[in-house]
Amino acid sequence: MDANFWLIQIFNGVSYGALLFLLASGLTLIFGVMRIVNLSHGAYFLLGGYVALSVIWTTGSWLLALPVAALAIALVGLAMERVFLRPLGFDPLRQVLLTVGFAFLFQQAALDIWGGDNLIIDPPAALTASWVVGGLYLPVYRVFMIALAVAIGLALWLAMERTRIGAMVRAAVDDAEMARGVGIDTSKVSMFIFALGAFLAALGGVVGGAFLGVYPGLDFEVLPIAFAVVIIGGMGSLAGAAVGSLLVGLADNFGKALFPELAYFSLYAPMVLILAIKPTGLLGRE
Amino acid sequence: MKIVLVVAALIALGAIAPFVNSYILILLTQALVLGIIAMSVDLLLGYTGLPSLGQAAYLGVGAYLTAILASTHGFGLEWGFWLVVVLGILAGAATAALFGLFAVRASGVYFLMITLALGMCMWGLAYRWNSLTGGDNGMNMPGRPSFGIDLADDLNYFYLVLGFFAASLAALYVLVRSPFGRSLVGIRERELRMRILGYNTWLHKYIAFVIAGAFGGLAGVLWAHLTGIVSPGDVILTTSVDVLLMVVLGGPGTLVGGAIGAGVVVFLREYLATIVQWWQYVLGAVYVLTILYLPGGLMGIPERVRRRSSSKIH
Repeated sequence: MDANFWLIQIFNGVSYGALLFLLASGLTLIFGVMRIVNLSHGAYFLLGGYVALSVIWTTGSWLLALPVAALAIALVGLAMERVFLRPLGFDPLRQVLLTVGFAFLFQQAALDIWGGDNLIIDPPAALTASWVVGGLYLPVYRVFMIALAVAIGLALWLAMERTRIGAMVRAAVDDAEMARGVGIDTSKVSMFIFALGAFLAALGGVVGGAFLGVYPGLDFEVLPIAFAVVIIGGMGSLAGAAVGSLLVGLADNFGKALFPELAYFSLYAPMVLILAIKPTGLLGRE
Repeated sequence: MKIVLVVAALIALGAIAPFVNSYILILLTQALVLGIIAMSVDLLLGYTGLPSLGQAAYLGVGAYLTAILASTHGFGLEWGFWLVVVLGILAGAATAALFGLFAVRASGVYFLMITLALGMCMWGLAYRWNSLTGGDNGMNMPGRPSFGIDLADDLNYFYLVLGFFAASLAALYVLVRSPFGRSLVGIRERELRMRILGYNTWLHKYIAFVIAGAFGGLAGVLWAHLTGIVSPGDVILTTSVDVLLMVVLGGPGTLVGGAIGAGVVVFLREYLATIVQWWQYVLGAVYVLTILYLPGGLMGIPERVRRRSSSKIH
């Protein structure tokens, strides 16, 4: 195992982490604002991939599929929040269970509409090449994934810290009751955040469709990984999701390369370790 | 009164068993095994207020232990079966004792997420540790035990499972009625007050968690012999989700509610699936409607009806 092996593994781990960030940032935002663990989040990821496939089949454009799929799933999330989650009021457990029911409904709907085959989203030709840097082959697509995650992470961070709606979201996270007291419409904030979370998950589904594939069961496979990210980073923390994504991406890659028999275990074990030391996650608040 | 009803229902179940067809008999057995693990989740969710989303881990521990002993070592296929039952219960409890150290200090949705992730640790081991678990292919059981009574006969096996189910129900019933069970309800309602009263609430929750794990292990042993194959699919998240929903559907905090939920889910899934393609919509819709309109689950219906009729009188 020379230096190249380690560099390539680190690169792969970081790029996988970038994909995980798309998935987990929405989960952590929704949790932060609404205290809901959205178990439909994996379904949003999967549906995003499927909708993108339909767009590609009809228009042939991958670039168009990216925003269309993300927006379509954001609408699904919006409707779910307005029609079903909101009327339950503040009752996190029932809300969580409701999202499970929807996860099953979405799973079946996806199977009926798109069938049970393992499909792959082919990225545009410009992204399928490889760069050779110092003897290392770096697939451009993975570089693109990292760039996209960094861009979205920065945009989210700027939006949260610098804009008015970001300030409203932070107020709702800190103390929803006070936020309502000073005239912030927390119900609108929740709706916005839920749609944004679904948007990000679907985006992840389209991007990830190129190398994870799109198939029935993917939804419940990625969900626990997203959970690991959010738990490690600290639930509700955007920066935590970034750190958690990197750690889980690397742990997954090195686990599979070094101890294949314990691969998934080595993915979840660091999470358990961090929980034992700091129950709120690395960047979570008490 | 309620005890009489439950005992009568169990006796009736035992009485009709010889007359139903073999397919229904298998489904009934499945519902009873899942009923045991659903009741263990109810101990956590309904009585202690801890929503566990990783209970399949203990089912997996019991099931894989049984499969490894039986297929690799040929053990547990005669009188040794009873030892395997004890070992399965102990293994479930031991795993829960380990996992509980991480999970029990959390509460609410945090507890839910942590148990989910711990459950996935277990799934990861089952899925990838090929040399021990057979990986994705799972492990085939060499056949059911026989000790004078041949459990390969589905009816005999049904009665065995019915016996374990009744014993589990009775044990859990005594437990939730005991002072310990009362303290769990107190913790569910207001943990801080219980702590001020001098209860070590962590320890109480931890013990409940370990007991639930023990019943999960028992269900795992019975599950392995029922299906004849143990695979990572038994340990995966959806199994845990199903079990939790069985409890919510039946009615949390009632014990038998979980078993009724298990029965409904098994029949909806297995029986409906043979008739129509869209059975999963029905299952999903049942979950969504239950959570929206029946917070007390099926067991809560009589109470709602009573309240509605009494409010009409006034």
